[in-house]
Amino acid sequence: MLEAYAPILVLLAISVLNAVGMVVASHFLGPIRPTPVKRSPYESGITPLGDTRERFSVKFYMVAILFIVFDLETVFLIPWAVSFRTLGLFGFVEMLIFIAVLVVGFVYAWKKGALQWE
Amino acid sequence: MIQFPATNVPLHQVQPLSNTAFLIASVIKVVVVFTGVMVVVAYLTLLERWISAWIQDRLGPNRVGPRGILQPLADGLKNLVKEEMYPAKAANIYYILAPMLTGIPALMTFAVIPFASPLPIPGVGVVNMVVADLPIGILYILALTSLGVYGIVMAGWASNNKYAFLGGLRASAQMVSYEVALGMSLIPVFMLAGNVTLTQVVWAQQTMHLWYALPLGLAFFLFVVSAFAETNRLPFDLPEAESELITGYHTEYSSMKFSLFFIGEYSNMLTASAVMATLFLGGWDIPIWQGDNMIMIAPGVVAGAEPAWWKTLLTFGAFATKTGFFILLYMWVRWTVPRFRYDQVMHLGWKVMLPTALVFIVVTGTTILVLDALGIPYGLGFGLILTVVNAVVAAIFFMVIDRDRVISGASAHDRRRRRVDARLAMPVAVEEPEPAGIRD
Amino acid sequence: MIREILWWIFAAEAVLGALGMVLSRNPVGSLLSLVVTFFGLAAIYVLLGAFFISAIQVIVYAGAIMVLFLFVIMLLNLGHDYHADLRRGVWLVLGGLASGLIGFVLYRAVRTPSLELPSGLTSPLDELVQRQGAVGVIAAPLFRDFSVAFEVTSVLLLVAAIGAVVLAKRRV
Repeated sequence: MLEAYAPILVLLAISVLNAVGMVVASHFLGPIRPTPVKRSPYESGITPLGDTRERFSVKFYMVAILFIVFDLETVFLIPWAVSFRTLGLFGFVEMLIFIAVLVVGFVYAWKKGALQWE
Repeated sequence: MIQFPATNVPLHQVQPLSNTAFLIASVIKVVVVFTGVMVVVAYLTLLERWISAWIQDRLGPNRVGPRGILQPLADGLKNLVKEEMYPAKAANIYYILAPMLTGIPALMTFAVIPFASPLPIPGVGVVNMVVADLPIGILYILALTSLGVYGIVMAGWASNNKYAFLGGLRASAQMVSYEVALGMSLIPVFMLAGNVTLTQVVWAQQTMHLWYALPLGLAFFLFVVSAFAETNRLPFDLPEAESELITGYHTEYSSMKFSLFFIGEYSNMLTASAVMATLFLGGWDIPIWQGDNMIMIAPGVVAGAEPAWWKTLLTFGAFATKTGFFILLYMWVRWTVPRFRYDQVMHLGWKVMLPTALVFIVVTGTTILVLDALGIPYGLGFGLILTVVNAVVAAIFFMVIDRDRVISGASAHDRRRRRVDARLAMPVAVEEPEPAGIRD
Repeated sequence: MIREILWWIFAAEAVLGALGMVLSRNPVGSLLSLVVTFFGLAAIYVLLGAFFISAIQVIVYAGAIMVLFLFVIMLLNLGHDYHADLRRGVWLVLGGLASGLIGFVLYRAVRTPSLELPSGLTSPLDELVQRQGAVGVIAAPLFRDFSVAFEVTSVLLLVAAIGAVVLAKRRV
């Protein structure tokens, strides 16, 4: 089984070499003539105003948390789905309870407007 | 789903690969597939420009080489010698790292996709036509897709550009949201195939004599939509919406670093198309013909039909055709469907796709359990019953989300319009509020 | 033999990543180092024959939880420079506590008989994996023997979801 992973290592090496090679090659082949104007952020020709790294809406954080919750649900669903037919009715009911509990959280988030994007 | 050792499938003892042969074959496969993906990606950019030109009734690239066939080469060369930009106040290490973090996983994803039937080489043995037949199969693809977020967020954050930052943020929230729907829409496939390796999923579709696009049509639809969102293609290209964000997270990138983002995007598209073809259209399976239904279950053991080199060639053709179909779909959609608004994207992902996927899992599960209890064996009949159930669920789903807009379409719209017209024709003193039905 | 060489490589990678995570002055650098560590761990799981766990390690930790961390770093705008935000005494107490815990865990780990790496390319789990698939192997124990723990996990996830909404909604 371990040998199945051998090509992945080779592929990783090739991909990394390829990506690094491309960036390094263009670094040496292309000209680098920076000027202050050239280096300033491109904002459609308007002089940049204020700091770039502003704090942003907490919405994104909420989406990330909900993503983790449902990603974990998917992770539990995968082994269940694979052995679904051997686990039978017991496994099915078990998973229904699991999904139902998470749906409670989902409905709560929905009703509270956590999924609402203005 | 056939558990091995099974009795009703003929097993062929073939010559197993020696360790050296396995290593050499692996390296050759890696190099060939990697080069193949790179070349295909280069030509996909040209194809995309040709198709856009055709759709918009223009000529498109036709100068470099005969009919513009050398355009990708020229583009690559141009990007190689273009000036590199290092924006002021950019976080330099992360700025350089970001395109690599996008490009590397994107080019590695293709490894677990089987692209043809096992190839017998006289005197050496039978070579499985997949770079790495990992026991975790599709989970490898999910893992690498989940890493794609880093490059994009980091590019946006490191560039010190407000538009790039916004693009990176949008991209991450969008990709993360649709990853849930993507994972959930895969669950019914696992339930039917009983395994996560793609070679087994292909085999499961061959033994059912039915591609999963039919019995799992709704999951197929959800998967296609979330794959579009995962690859940031229109109508989900909010992260790089030209009209509002310049080009989003890669605004400040030039030369080969920009190329890497481009390569990443197109190879993601290629891989996504190949995965769709493999999971739902039978992969390299040729429809109706039984002679290609085979699987290498262990080194030196092939179940089903006898492997042959011409079968490998034919099945590779089938695989390429199916993948090409999805690539054309991607491009066709890009040049016809307008972009969503961001709140619509999030609404669709969380409030439509996720609940639908969950309901579909439960419905499919119940149906499979009932069919098993009735003692119906896995096969064509099994698949057809599932197809009927799926058609009913899909019909309800489309009726609910459609709300008369496309399916009953023009006639329903006309009816409403006539009702409104009739009301407006009456002499009214106060201005009527516009009926809700028309506004949305 | 080959397993041991690979084990040393990936263990070194994991340790270096962990060091980088602690020593990096930039939060984003710390985060990337931790991702490197997770990859080392995933590779070690593969060497042990735990294929599903290694995939989950990448999908959940590197692909989901670290993305949340990245969001938090960017949300709080911690991205550039480093400020010590705890006083020296607090650092000493916390550091001592953490070191003590790690020492205890290490002591226990050394005392208990260690898990042998399977020798050669095949591992004892391989036959099982061949028969049931790398994911199917997990299912029977998870959903039969540990069904209660599994159900309780859903409550844990529910709490996480509700907690996030409650905390974030206060300000929206």
